[in-house]
Amino acid sequence: MGELKLMKGNEVIAHAAMRCGCDGYFGYPITPQSEVMETLMLKKPWETTGMVVLQAESEVASINMVYAGASCGKKVMTSSSSPGVSLMQEGITYIAGAELPCLLVNVVRGGPGLGTIQPAQSDYYQTCKGGGHGDYNLIVLAPASVQEMNDFVDLGFELAFKYRNPAMILSDGAIGQMMEKVELSDFKPRWTDEEIQKISGSWATTGKTADREQHIITSLELDSESMEKINHRIQAKYRKMEEEEVRYEEIQCEDAEYIFVAYGSSSRICQKSIEIARAKGIKVGLLRPITLFPYPTKAIAKLAERVKGMLSVEMSAGQMVDDVRLAVNGKIPVEHFGRLGGIIPTPDEIVEALEQKIIGGK
Amino acid sequence: MADIDIIKDENIVYKKSKVLTDNVMHYCPGCSHGVVHKLIAEVIEEMGIQDKTIGVSPVGCSVFAYNYLDIDWQEAAHGRAPALATATKRLMPDKYVFTYQGDGDLASIGAAEIIHACNRGENITVIFINNGIYGMTGGQMAPTTLVGMKTATTPYGRDVELNGYPLKMTELVAQLPGTCYVTRQSVHTPATVRKCKKAIRKAFENQDKKIGTSFVEVTSTCNSGWKIPPVEANNWMVDHMFKFYKQGDLKDSEKDNPDDYKKFIE
Repeated sequence: MGELKLMKGNEVIAHAAMRCGCDGYFGYPITPQSEVMETLMLKKPWETTGMVVLQAESEVASINMVYAGASCGKKVMTSSSSPGVSLMQEGITYIAGAELPCLLVNVVRGGPGLGTIQPAQSDYYQTCKGGGHGDYNLIVLAPASVQEMNDFVDLGFELAFKYRNPAMILSDGAIGQMMEKVELSDFKPRWTDEEIQKISGSWATTGKTADREQHIITSLELDSESMEKINHRIQAKYRKMEEEEVRYEEIQCEDAEYIFVAYGSSSRICQKSIEIARAKGIKVGLLRPITLFPYPTKAIAKLAERVKGMLSVEMSAGQMVDDVRLAVNGKIPVEHFGRLGGIIPTPDEIVEALEQKIIGGK
Repeated sequence: MADIDIIKDENIVYKKSKVLTDNVMHYCPGCSHGVVHKLIAEVIEEMGIQDKTIGVSPVGCSVFAYNYLDIDWQEAAHGRAPALATATKRLMPDKYVFTYQGDGDLASIGAAEIIHACNRGENITVIFINNGIYGMTGGQMAPTTLVGMKTATTPYGRDVELNGYPLKMTELVAQLPGTCYVTRQSVHTPATVRKCKKAIRKAFENQDKKIGTSFVEVTSTCNSGWKIPPVEANNWMVDHMFKFYKQGDLKDSEKDNPDDYKKFIE
């Protein structure tokens, strides 16, 4: 049993980083995630684990610091919230294009624009459908608890290095700010230079020694034939992720006639909605995607063969619902319910939406 | 006499640095980039730090600098090289880290990154090629374009009312306490080439002393962008660029402020 604490989601990100052997954090303050860097600065991990922590001059700089750290084969990360993550998109597509591993955390707040500092899930498109330019995907993990904020830091790094691709924890202001019981991970030491050579020695910029060719980290290739090949190689990684890395949770789906599809904070609320609906005699279950990319398309398609309808519950105007509809492929009705602008829906509202949009609507 | 007899060690007065690759450079004839690349390669070879040097290349004509210097490189997004160098140096303090940036990259889109890296006193070397124009995109106005100078986007000459004033980045960073060595050099004559090499060497050696950012501007020519043949471009640079971009050291903590400098080292 690891160390039990009562902590905010954002604080846990910082503790998990220090405990998983992270080499560097580069960030810029923005509500509602500033506690990540504040906690790191308070704990001074450079004196204990040797982890570098730096407050950059902007999100543009911090993501490019991550790009460089990842180029050196180091475990590096940043965190921000929606407007800041928008600023990082240039750097993110360069990192994906150069096939570098790193961890990004978005504690989402409501938009568009400066929006609100309250929680939202309206960055699903940006995170899962591109964000920056070019054909690329992030590995996207969606925590629904403070415990998963802890667990997904290590998992995010593991997947990022496995595929040499940036991983993002797509959280929201509610998960970042709420306090819950959490079992912190045990301390793992940072990788030694020898371990980095073993893991990333074939590509990292650690200095060109006489026994090897120079290493160049770049996403530039002006020859179209070669650039197409690079794209095909990157796409092959995504197809492999879709085969091997899909993670999701099914709650009370065995006898369900209807399904809520929800991730993060919304999935927590849906669990209460299930109780309320079942007390009324409505057999409803929850499919909670844990990875938003790769998406649990097959699991949703399988459920669509035996349930009557699905409601995608998101704190957005309806973004993930597109992926649910693609998975269901017209077999059953799929609708969306969500609140906008930083408002968290109530369990009753969700049940009401199910009754009106799916049960009543069929 | 056969070539083999001439090329004996004792006969060699000049040779290509082994840090330079055999790739044919894509730079235009008369361009300063090739000379500056050569100087950096020679400094790296002479200091024996090829295995410890990480270069950060920019966006601009020198985007392919990694094809010419046989060291590890990171290719940065436009203007972001100082952010990359910051992280690389902090994560691997025993490496020699330098950025190589043009004036569009450093003075325009990357103005924030260079100011903050210099102000934090990152222990890195910055090589700043200032030719007063965007070369790679076809000769548009740069922040450093002189008043009255014709470019693709100032076809009637740079007009202060329309385009503002040319930006002296080197004077600007010299004011920041985080920089330890700020100098402006050129490579248009054998004498200036030798002087520039000494400046680059000092800028690299400063990384051992951990005394802050070393910044070397090389005032350069862009024959294609300026639409002036190489020799005339050199003369034009001396007559016009040097009047605005004064040559020489702007700051050398070691000489200017020996007491502060000593404190820095301690």
